[in-house]
Amino acid sequence: MLLVGGNLNLIQWAQSPWGQQIPTHISWTLLWVSAIGALLFLIVHALYVSIWAKPAHSAASSGASGAAAARIPERVPRHNLSARLFHAIMALSMLALLFTAFLPKVGVQFPWVTYHWIAGIVLSISVVYHIFDAFLGQDFWSIWPDKEDIEDAGRRMKRALGQAAPEPRKFAKYPLENKLYHLVVMLAGLSVIATGLFMMKRVRTPFFPRNPYLFSDMTWGWMYVLHGLAGVGFVALVTVHIYMAIRPEKFFITKSMIFGWMSREKYLEHHDPSRWPVAEQVPAAAQPESKKAPA
Amino acid sequence: MAVIHDVIPAFELFQPTSVDDALALQARHGAKAWVLAGGLDSFDWFKDRIKRPEVVIDLSQVKELRGVRTTGDGLEIGAMTTLTEVVRHPMIREKFSILPNAAEAAASPQIRNQGTIGGNVSQDARCWYYRGGWPCYRAGGNICYADTPTGLNREHAILDADRCVAVNPSDTAPALIALDAKMVVRTPKGERVVDAENYFIGPGTDITKMTILQPGDLLTSIRIPSTWAGAQFYFEKVRDRAVWDFALVNVAAAMVTSGGTIQRIRLAANGVAAHPVRLTAVEAAVVGKPRNEETAEMAGQLAIRGAQPLQYNGYKVPLLRNLVKRAIRGTAA
Repeated sequence: MLLVGGNLNLIQWAQSPWGQQIPTHISWTLLWVSAIGALLFLIVHALYVSIWAKPAHSAASSGASGAAAARIPERVPRHNLSARLFHAIMALSMLALLFTAFLPKVGVQFPWVTYHWIAGIVLSISVVYHIFDAFLGQDFWSIWPDKEDIEDAGRRMKRALGQAAPEPRKFAKYPLENKLYHLVVMLAGLSVIATGLFMMKRVRTPFFPRNPYLFSDMTWGWMYVLHGLAGVGFVALVTVHIYMAIRPEKFFITKSMIFGWMSREKYLEHHDPSRWPVAEQVPAAAQPESKKAPA
Repeated sequence: MAVIHDVIPAFELFQPTSVDDALALQARHGAKAWVLAGGLDSFDWFKDRIKRPEVVIDLSQVKELRGVRTTGDGLEIGAMTTLTEVVRHPMIREKFSILPNAAEAAASPQIRNQGTIGGNVSQDARCWYYRGGWPCYRAGGNICYADTPTGLNREHAILDADRCVAVNPSDTAPALIALDAKMVVRTPKGERVVDAENYFIGPGTDITKMTILQPGDLLTSIRIPSTWAGAQFYFEKVRDRAVWDFALVNVAAAMVTSGGTIQRIRLAANGVAAHPVRLTAVEAAVVGKPRNEETAEMAGQLAIRGAQPLQYNGYKVPLLRNLVKRAIRGTAA
C-alpha cells in the first residue's frame, strides 16, 4: 500500500485494478496526532486557567435587580428530559464508536465491525431525533453563535491581551465555546454519519445487500478518508469535551445536563437574563392560599 | 497487478543459526523484516512484486527449529520440520496418524520436501484478487473484490466472513486443531503457548492477518499432547485436482468411542472460512450419541448452520455437510 499525501503522508493511496491512483484511508498516525493534540490542549488550557485567566464576568454585574433575581426560580430549567436522554444516548454511542474504531488500531484486536455499525445506527437515529426535537421542541437558535457572541469574544480577547475593551456581556443560554463546539461536532458528526451509512453497503448487515460498486473507487476512497478524518477528529473533540465537563468551574453545566437544571446563583453569575429569559416564579405573596407552602 | 518477472527484487538476506539471533534480527528490523520458512508462499509474493521486503530472515539454518522431539506429554515438532519429515516420522504415524495424512495431502512431494509445518500453518490466503496485488481489505484497502455481484469466489468462504471472504488454505491446521495442538510462539516478551484453534484469526479480528503472529514474533514449535494419541482419526480433503491443489474443503476429526458411542471428539474444517473452524457445536451434539448414520446426518446439518454462500461457492455448503457426515460416520459415503 502506497503512502502518499504530500510529504506528511496523511492519506494512504493505492492503485485500483484499472490503474487509477485512489485514496483508501487516512494514515492512522493521525489518530496519535489527534490524541496528542487534545492532550496538549488540556495541558495548555489547565495552565492558562490556573495562572493567567481572569474571571469572565465581574461578580457585581448580575444583570438583574434584586427583585427580579428573586423571581428567578431556585432551579433554572436548562435541559429537558428529551435533550438529556438524547445527550446520554449520543454520548454512549459515540464512545462505543470510538472504542470499536480505534482500539484495534492500537493493538486491541476483536471483531469490531458489527459493534461499530450498530453503534453508528444508534447514533444516527439519535441525531435524527435531535434534529426534529431541536426544531420542534427546543429553542433552536439558542445554540447558534450570534452577533453579540462574536462581539463579546472580541472584547474578551482584547481584555486578555491587556487592551482596553468594554466588559463582555454574560452569556445567553450557551457560552460561545459551547456553540462553537456544537457546530464542529455537528459538522464532524454529520460527516461520519453520512459516510458511515454509505459504508454499510460494503459490509454485511441485515438491512440491504452488499454493493461495493455503488460508487466509483475514487468516491469510495474519499468517503473513507472523510470518515477517518472526522473519526480521529472526534478523538480530540470527545477528549476535550470530557475534560471541560469535569473542570470544577464548568461542572455546574455538566450537572445541568444530568439533572436538567442549574441553580439560580449560577444562572445569575454566568448568564444574562435578558438573553436567556426563564419563566419567573410567582412570588409567594401573590400565590393563592391553596398554593402557599405551610409555615 | 501481478506480473511474473524472472528475478526477485533485491533484499538484504540474513540466515541466523539460532532462535535468539532470529528474534534479534526481527526486533532490529521490525515490520520491514520478512520471515522465510520453506519459501513456498514467500517466493510467490516476491516474484510477483506484491510483497517487497527490505530484509528477509531465512530460518533454514536454525537447527533448533527442526525435528520431532518426544516430551513428557506427547510430541514437539519444530516449526521448520518439513512436511515430508512429518509424513514419515514413525511416532507421529503411530500415534497421531491424522497429521501425516493431512501433511501428505498438501501440495506435491517436491513441495512437501521443502515446505515446513510452520509455514503450512502460517501461510497467507490464496484469494487471487489479494495475491494479484489488488488493493483489497486484506491488502490494507477498503474493498473485497471477491464478494461482489461479479466477483469470482468459487473457492471463498461460506462461514465467518467479515468484509474479506478469503479462506485459510492449510491442510495441517485442522488436523492440529483436532489433536488439540499447542503453538509455541517466541515473542519479544518471552514464550507464549497458544491453542492451535486460537493461533488463527479471522478478518473480524485483523483483516490483514491470518494468525496471531505480530512483527517480531516467531512460531518455534508445535506441541501435540498425548490426549488424543491412538484415537480414531479422520481426514479428508476435497480439491479440484487430486494430484496437487489447495483444499476446497477439508475436515479433520479425532474421536474416542466406547461400545459404538462417541465419548470424546474434536472436529475442525478448513477452506470454509478465513481461519480453520473448530466445529464445537457439532462436537457437543454428537458426544454421547451412537456413531451411526443418524448422528452423522445430524452433525452434517449442524456444521452448515449459519453458512452464507457467495455467488459461486454454494457447492461448499453440501460439501462441508457431507465431509462432516463422513467424518462422524468414519467410512466413505
